[in-house]
Amino acid sequence: MRYSVGVDVGSTQTKAVLLDADRRIVARSLVDTGAYLVRAAERAYEKALAEAGIVRGDVGYVIGTGYGRFKVAFGDDQVTEISCHAKGAWALFPNTRTVIDIGGQDTKAIKVSDRGEVLDFAMNDKCAAGSGRFLTNSAEALGMDVGAIGERSLEAKTPVRLSTVCTIFVETDILSYLAQGKKVEDILAGVHGAIGSRTVALVRRVGSEAEVTFTGGVSRNIGMVRSIEEKLDLRLNVSGDSHYTGALGAAIFAMERMQSGVEVLA
Amino acid sequence: MTTDKAIHYQGHVHELQKKLMADYYAQLTAIAKGQSSTKNAHLLIAGNPVELIRAFGMIPVFPEVNVLQLAVRKQSLPLIQKAEELGYAVDNCAYVKADVGLYMNGYQAPYGTVPKADLLLCNYVGCNVYLNWFEHLAELTGAPAVNIDVPFIRSADGEPSTADLHYVVKQLEELVARLEEITGTSLDYGKLRRTVENSALVGEMWAEIKDLTKRRPAPYDAYFDSVTMMAVLYCLRGTDEAVTFFQAARAELTERAAKGEGPLPEERFRVVIEGPPPWPFLRVFRDMFSRWGAVAVASTYSTVGGIWEFGFRHDPQRPLESIARHMLQYNLCNRTFLQRYDQMARYVDEWDADAVVIHSVKSCRLFSAGQGDMREYFVREREVPTLLIESDLEDPRYFSQAQLRNRVDAFFEALAQRRLTAASDAAVAAGGRR
Repeated sequence: MRYSVGVDVGSTQTKAVLLDADRRIVARSLVDTGAYLVRAAERAYEKALAEAGIVRGDVGYVIGTGYGRFKVAFGDDQVTEISCHAKGAWALFPNTRTVIDIGGQDTKAIKVSDRGEVLDFAMNDKCAAGSGRFLTNSAEALGMDVGAIGERSLEAKTPVRLSTVCTIFVETDILSYLAQGKKVEDILAGVHGAIGSRTVALVRRVGSEAEVTFTGGVSRNIGMVRSIEEKLDLRLNVSGDSHYTGALGAAIFAMERMQSGVEVLA
Repeated sequence: MTTDKAIHYQGHVHELQKKLMADYYAQLTAIAKGQSSTKNAHLLIAGNPVELIRAFGMIPVFPEVNVLQLAVRKQSLPLIQKAEELGYAVDNCAYVKADVGLYMNGYQAPYGTVPKADLLLCNYVGCNVYLNWFEHLAELTGAPAVNIDVPFIRSADGEPSTADLHYVVKQLEELVARLEEITGTSLDYGKLRRTVENSALVGEMWAEIKDLTKRRPAPYDAYFDSVTMMAVLYCLRGTDEAVTFFQAARAELTERAAKGEGPLPEERFRVVIEGPPPWPFLRVFRDMFSRWGAVAVASTYSTVGGIWEFGFRHDPQRPLESIARHMLQYNLCNRTFLQRYDQMARYVDEWDADAVVIHSVKSCRLFSAGQGDMREYFVREREVPTLLIESDLEDPRYFSQAQLRNRVDAFFEALAQRRLTAASDAAVAAGGRR
């Protein structure tokens, strides 16, 4: 019973992080969420256990987070991904005061205390405009892999200006630019610029106090990192584990509960 | 630990309200079916002169109250869509659309039948959509429409000018002439005074009831339980029944306060809530707060039909002038945003709240525009944790349960965590072990 686990069931992917008693990451796993959230959580958990070479009995506490947090059937409790991203970002970069998390359907800006506590947060409204899905749809409209569009956007010489951050209408915009003979990289720079502007508007709502840590799946996109850095005029912290930040935060909460014996949040 | 099993306070006050409202709708149904010759006027909630309507023996009908009940019963969407088929835009106020849809359905509602108006009495308090609403009803039903033009408050201290007061009183006098025509009777000034006196009594008791939530625990939820009392406050204000109801409510809630009873097993967080509730998901929404032991100790929504907690009372000695003052000055929708800030700040300070929750509604951009700034004002200038969430008051399509719960959970998680850290720091400072 020396380990804790955080399972982050996101709209697109499910992540698990396994920590040892010294709060070091022992294993991480990533699976596509799909339609069956309970199964996705199970798969991610099993994968992490296998990577660490341990069994369920070695785990003392599991916390579920993300939209599917209530579907982590084997979990001991749930914590929102807002608290978990704050905690995880603070663990990765202790001077973090602002967290930007862009996931599949949500964009969040979180103001964090020097102890990793949430002080304030702002999110996109019900509409998923300007979230990760916008990038996926843009990549599809251009017939590209979503993993390649960030790098390509950096090659732009004369970025276009998109008239929308709507995840649906972006395709029309892209098609009309293609019809005008615009270069793919210039269109992609416009796509990244549009999300960057929207994200920065959210960040301004909670204040953009340095250091700013970028988390969530979209933080792996270098085009998005550069776009936000340029608009905020500062460097972003991006960890190799940025995709796992929510799961990491959940695993830390789980370890805190195990070690202190108190219910940390609720 | 949060709990999904929320137990809400259901007392005599709730039972009594149900009976009074059933009687009220039975009266409306009798009129609609031609079994009663009582004349009716359709009115808006915010800043109306209902005392004049009652003084003429007429009965008020509130389209907003009619349609919000349809939303609570999950019956608003087909009516909204019926109005959209007529050409109303998707982002048009859903109260308007549900009411137009209800009319197209023959005004048949599960709680009764709504009579066609003998008078459509609008009052302009910043909402031009409502003006159009009553114009459309006039066109559809052929009923006469009158609008009372209430000037928006323009002064920093919230006082209307003498000219504003005279302007509204003059229009009320014109309204009296119109009501005399409709009812075929002259204004009984004695009856007007008694009606206004009843409003003064109700206002006094309502203010006392609102004061009770300053206690710990608050004896009732000033958002979710207030709506129970608001129905009577609006639909029956000026009547003897309203006075009796508020006497009973005051007695019951005072007793609960004395016994230290609250609406939840434990009051962990005291919040001030701004904005109307999401009626189609009222219970689900309430549970999101109850799970965390969060109780509303004050709400701006409970002042949408008038603000009594800061001292205003109707004056039977000066009935028209006090009605005009109510419409102008003690009317949430007729106030500037800065006055709304002040009102909420007083709630936070005097009712000793931990946080502010703003529920923004898509239907009403006039009321909701500026709530982003409001959030910033409370977070930055007053350092009060503030949550801004959005859905709608009538249209279920704008309610995203998972997203809303996520935000509400994150907000209270953060408050809980900071409280725990503070307690732990205090223990360390006192020499205890962490």
